[in-house]
Amino acid sequence: MLSIITGVLYTAGVYLLLRRSLVKLILGIIFLSNATNLLIFISAGMTEGKPAFVAKEGAEQTGQMADPLPQALVLTAIVIGFGIVAFTLALNYKYHKQTGTYDLDQVKETDKV
Amino acid sequence: MEWTLLILFIAAGISLMIPSRLKNLKGWILSLFPFGVFVYLLTFIPVIDEQWLIERSRPWMADLGLNLHFMLDGLSLTFALLITGIGTFILIYAHEYMRYYSHTKRFYVYLLVFMGSMLGLVLSANLILLFIFWELTGISSFLLIGFKHHQENVRTSAIQALLVTTFGGLMMLAGFVLLGLASGTYSLPELIIGDIKITQHGWYLPILILILGGAFSKSAQFPFHFWLPGAMQAPSPVSAFLHSATMVKAGIYLLARLNPVLAGTAEWQTIIPLVGGSTMLIGAYLALTQKDLKAILAYTTISALGMLMLLIGIDTELAIKGALIYLIVHALYKGTLFMIAGSVEKQTGTRDIDLLGNLAYKMPITTAVALLALLSMAGLPPMLGYVGKEIIYEAKIQAPHIAGFVTFFGVVSNIFMVWVSIFIAYRVFFRRQYHGFKTPKETSHHFWIGPGILALVGLILGLFPHQLGEYLIQPAMNVIRAESLKVDLKLWHGFNQVFMLSLLTVIGGVVLFMLRKQIIPFFRKVNKKFFDVRFSDLFTRFLDGIMLFARHNTRIMQHGYQRIYLMVLFLSVAFLGWYQLIDTRFWTIGLSVGHLPPYVTLIGAIIVIATLFTLFSRSRMAAIISMGVVGYGIAIIYLIYSAIDLAITQLLVETLTVAIFVLVIFKLPRFAKLSSRASKIRDGIIALLVGGFMTGMALKARNLELQHPISDYFLNHGLSEGFGSNIVNVILVDFRALDTLGEVTVLLIATLGVVALLKIDKS
Repeated sequence: MLSIITGVLYTAGVYLLLRRSLVKLILGIIFLSNATNLLIFISAGMTEGKPAFVAKEGAEQTGQMADPLPQALVLTAIVIGFGIVAFTLALNYKYHKQTGTYDLDQVKETDKV
Repeated sequence: MEWTLLILFIAAGISLMIPSRLKNLKGWILSLFPFGVFVYLLTFIPVIDEQWLIERSRPWMADLGLNLHFMLDGLSLTFALLITGIGTFILIYAHEYMRYYSHTKRFYVYLLVFMGSMLGLVLSANLILLFIFWELTGISSFLLIGFKHHQENVRTSAIQALLVTTFGGLMMLAGFVLLGLASGTYSLPELIIGDIKITQHGWYLPILILILGGAFSKSAQFPFHFWLPGAMQAPSPVSAFLHSATMVKAGIYLLARLNPVLAGTAEWQTIIPLVGGSTMLIGAYLALTQKDLKAILAYTTISALGMLMLLIGIDTELAIKGALIYLIVHALYKGTLFMIAGSVEKQTGTRDIDLLGNLAYKMPITTAVALLALLSMAGLPPMLGYVGKEIIYEAKIQAPHIAGFVTFFGVVSNIFMVWVSIFIAYRVFFRRQYHGFKTPKETSHHFWIGPGILALVGLILGLFPHQLGEYLIQPAMNVIRAESLKVDLKLWHGFNQVFMLSLLTVIGGVVLFMLRKQIIPFFRKVNKKFFDVRFSDLFTRFLDGIMLFARHNTRIMQHGYQRIYLMVLFLSVAFLGWYQLIDTRFWTIGLSVGHLPPYVTLIGAIIVIATLFTLFSRSRMAAIISMGVVGYGIAIIYLIYSAIDLAITQLLVETLTVAIFVLVIFKLPRFAKLSSRASKIRDGIIALLVGGFMTGMALKARNLELQHPISDYFLNHGLSEGFGSNIVNVILVDFRALDTLGEVTVLLIATLGVVALLKIDKS
């Protein structure tokens, strides 16, 4: 089920990236980033209700805990993803203001403004 | 002996450091280096006579079979003496010739590096090392030919020479590698002395053709000949050096060197004489119709190189002997003549033989020197050229299979050579007309010492050929034929068949010269008709074609449409990914979809619906909000599956994202219908392919544990070393704290970027 959700998110991301609209491009990036986070998360195996909190010394350790490593990775990824989105949004805004277009097919020349 | 190379390369460095107050002696000082090497090498003559071969080796990349391995035998020595001996006089000549040029510092560096690499080429005992020096001569000659690079035709000629010879060089390298693989060694002495039968090997033909490609292009054989006349754009000392002892002789050297390894087959005795013979004839013929003195000489070089190739191809003892003598003969007279041509140009301001004339009385010493060299070129006694020509005629008459053919072409070419010699002598020196731009007077001694000595050497060796044969030709013959031979050279052979041919040649040359007024216009007309297409132009057009193709290609590949780049990217990913998935049969790894609790299924359904809504919504606001819903859904999934920190972060970030979006979105235009239905379907299919692949991969990843995760380490040491019970946090701020610092930096840079973007003015 979760694998299918990941697939759906990827599908949506790719589809949006292939649109000509700049705004949809950003939406596509968000979807791709979410999908990738989820992929890393679920590929580590899922444990319900057992966060990776170790007991204080002396207390007894009970059962299998969730894997903390992918969580740490994903946490970093979420934050970085946000940074990217914020930056592209600003770029997008500026670009639209400068050129008046948001059609990616018009974005062909790097030197022309 | 390997130090001799180093000396020349060091001399190149020293040439930069000669203080300006010694400027008037520069050429003389530098000429001491090759001259020293020359004298040193002379001392090896008796040694070589005794033991045939001296080897020196130092490890370089021994694992690859590549060592600094040098050899000196009769053949190497002959070439090395020519290179350093003629090199000495070239430097003296250049001293005066280059006096009024700018950037002469560079010139001397190039020239000495050129000399050094040529010497390295003939001393290399390792095929790969030989290739390195081979290409070094190509590069340094490119710099020399293009020395007057402010002129466009000079640049074109230099590029042409470089491309043709390095292209051949690469072919040769491929041939060397094949040869190395077939024989198991790159060492020349092993190849020559060892009993490896390459000629029986299945790769023999490709090896031969590839190596011949290198030799033919370097030695300007038809149809690669066109770069050589172009190379006369170089300053005259360079032309003299390039045409006599270096560069173009490299191909001859290579084939002579590999003669014991590759020769003796029908292929060798067919391909080489055919190419050499046609080059010989074409060169001699084209020389007649030129008007530029240097061009005439350049085409006679082509003819001479063809003759040398032909002789190496005939591959009899006599032919090899003839080739070796002719090699020396040609080096001596061609070096002289090019230097004379340079002097004549300096003194008269032109090289056009229609304008030149009557110099015999104005420049008597130059004329005397030139006449000696021309005698040698025409193959007349008592010059060494005569000795050479006699042996060559004899070799041709006795050539196996093709004697009639090669003798005929040989005689025709030699008649042309005699004609050209008389023609030059008459037009430049004796004709009683002169239309040059300056009043000619005798040159300073710098200009005639070098050519004079070279011409005299040709005369002395012609008078005493026996010594040359015994001390130089015989050791060289020994290694080429790989047997002990006795070489006895004489100037006078008596009245025999060969002498008759010589007589015929001279008479033919004189008669043709008498009839020149009728013949040359006719030749020029024929030229116009048949040789109108110039090879160098064809080559230029070919190069332009490549550039055009590249530009066209770039335009296709770099079209500027981001969607299409992405499409190619995604399609490749999907294709490769699916191939991998199907190849490994991912469905066989127990697809435990698992029984998810109903609340998870519900959230999953919400996420999917919200995603679809985002995709198809026409309203920007709705799209953003539903995207937020997706984000929150994912946060809840994190929460359910024990990732509390993730859930918190995801919630915060999602909220922020939506907030920023809402702030910005109203400054952006509405969604408009930009894509057609067809493109939507196409993109949908691509997206589904990628998404499907990702699902497959996620399934596979969940059910596969390749290696035990390192997480246990963090779990066990989190409290004792990181002093925290929330292991995710401990990882982030303790174990991988530097990564987190990096992350913060990325965010900072993004922030700066955003600020910068929003602050810049419309300017």
